[in-house]
Amino acid sequence: MIRLEKIYKKFERLEVLKGVDLVVEKGEVVVIIGPSGAGKSTLLRCVNLLERPTSGRVIFEGIDITRMDGREIDRVRERIGMVFQHINLFNHLNVLDNVTLAPVKVKGLSRSEAEHIANSLLARMGIEDKLYAYPSQLSGGQRQRVAIARALAMQPDIMLFDEPTSALDPEMIKEVLDVMSSLVKDGMTMIIVTHEMGFAREVADRIIFMDNGYIVEEGSPKEIFSNPKEERTVMFLSKILY
Amino acid sequence: MSDEPFFPFLMSILPHLGKGTLMTVELTIISVGIGVLIGIFGGIARVSKRPLLFIPSTIYVEIIRGTPLLAQLFIVYFGLPSLGINLPPFTSAVIAMGINSGAYVTEIFRGGIQSIERGQMEAARSLGLSYLQAMRYIILPQAFKRILPPLGNEFIAMLKDSSLASTIAIAELMRVGREITSRTFRSFEVLAVVALMYLAITLPLSLIVRYTERRMSVSD
Ligand SMILES: Nc1ncnc2c1ncn2[C@@H]1O[C@H](COP(=O)(O)OP(=O)(O)OP(=O)(O)O)[C@@H](O)[C@H]1O
Ligand SMILES: [Mg+2]
Repeated sequence: MIRLEKIYKKFERLEVLKGVDLVVEKGEVVVIIGPSGAGKSTLLRCVNLLERPTSGRVIFEGIDITRMDGREIDRVRERIGMVFQHINLFNHLNVLDNVTLAPVKVKGLSRSEAEHIANSLLARMGIEDKLYAYPSQLSGGQRQRVAIARALAMQPDIMLFDEPTSALDPEMIKEVLDVMSSLVKDGMTMIIVTHEMGFAREVADRIIFMDNGYIVEEGSPKEIFSNPKEERTVMFLSKILY
Repeated sequence: MSDEPFFPFLMSILPHLGKGTLMTVELTIISVGIGVLIGIFGGIARVSKRPLLFIPSTIYVEIIRGTPLLAQLFIVYFGLPSLGINLPPFTSAVIAMGINSGAYVTEIFRGGIQSIERGQMEAARSLGLSYLQAMRYIILPQAFKRILPPLGNEFIAMLKDSSLASTIAIAELMRVGREITSRTFRSFEVLAVVALMYLAITLPLSLIVRYTERRMSVSD
């Protein structure tokens, strides 16, 4: 479904991605782990071209999207949902409008069709009683669940998560991870950057360990967590798992 | 007539000054209205990465803000006729003041747009909204709320500066005051009343601006 080929990304003189190759098949759940500054977010943002790779190709459903013009890329982004560490709900819109805006303005759904989809998604996220609340009136966990509903409302083929629980208070992490687990059960294709190792072990088909702009090692959760081959992986895991 | 006691005299000139005040307000509303229209697009152009938008909008802002409004007014009213373009005083004033206000409002919008966290634009783009859709539905509505106080200040500044239009034969408050002065020779009283009439409009406005500013700093 997604194939990244030789992705390089430079910011000014800082090279953040140094030739990353990654294939994600339909229905697969790939979890990316690695130390701060490894380039995980940058890699994820290259998938939907929020960040333009300096070189390399991003192939989505067989088509190289790095060659597309702006409008075509907008059409591809409709099909790639993204959830951010800083949540980024639209502050001036209530929950329902946050979720229905893109389906109406981008997909051209009628207001009632969009609300129908939003209502069932928000019910699934457990926020059906907050439809008219504004983001500032919600807890962090509720906000992130609305953000997930907002992305899902476009009925994407794949979902990208960039540390969706890192900005949350500990007691709210579980409610967000539970929602993500239920997406995994539904067979959603997902790329997840996270520091939640327990969750990663549970849901991942494949774990990618990144450091310093490279994919250092990848494998099943068992291979990575129980039997890592690279020294850097061992060091990272020993720091994070104690 | 000029020996009349102050209050009867004041009563006799107030209707004229009232008309002048209306003209002043009208001039200001139309000019700032034009300024806001220019400013929305100017602000978007100023934050654009496209040189074709960024460079002209920057030049516009620098030229207008670096030259006196009086010069701009004269160029439109006295200068354009020598190019064969003759505009009536009111039209000239509104054009010059609108273009002038547009430069300041452009910078106000630029600041407002840039004050919205980057994540808002990114979230919008990740859903498939185009850059302009993201501006329209996500960034500008939030920016607009934040720039209400500076826009209020711009309106106050323009209200005062509209007195310059008195130099091109527009019967706004300042001009009316000076005409009364030259008829009655009671300069101090008349001009003091004129000044107070400006103050009567600007003071409440600036109190409102300060109030909304304070409320916003509490809410976010
Ligand atoms: N827009 C940018 N401009 C300049 N440098 C950037 C930009 N975005 C990221 N970087 C730099 O690129 C490097 C990798 O950043 P990235 O956010 O991809 O790391 P990460 O693996 O996601 O780390 P974290 O776990 O802290 O989120 C960092 O050194 C960061 O400072
Ligand atoms: Mg990151």
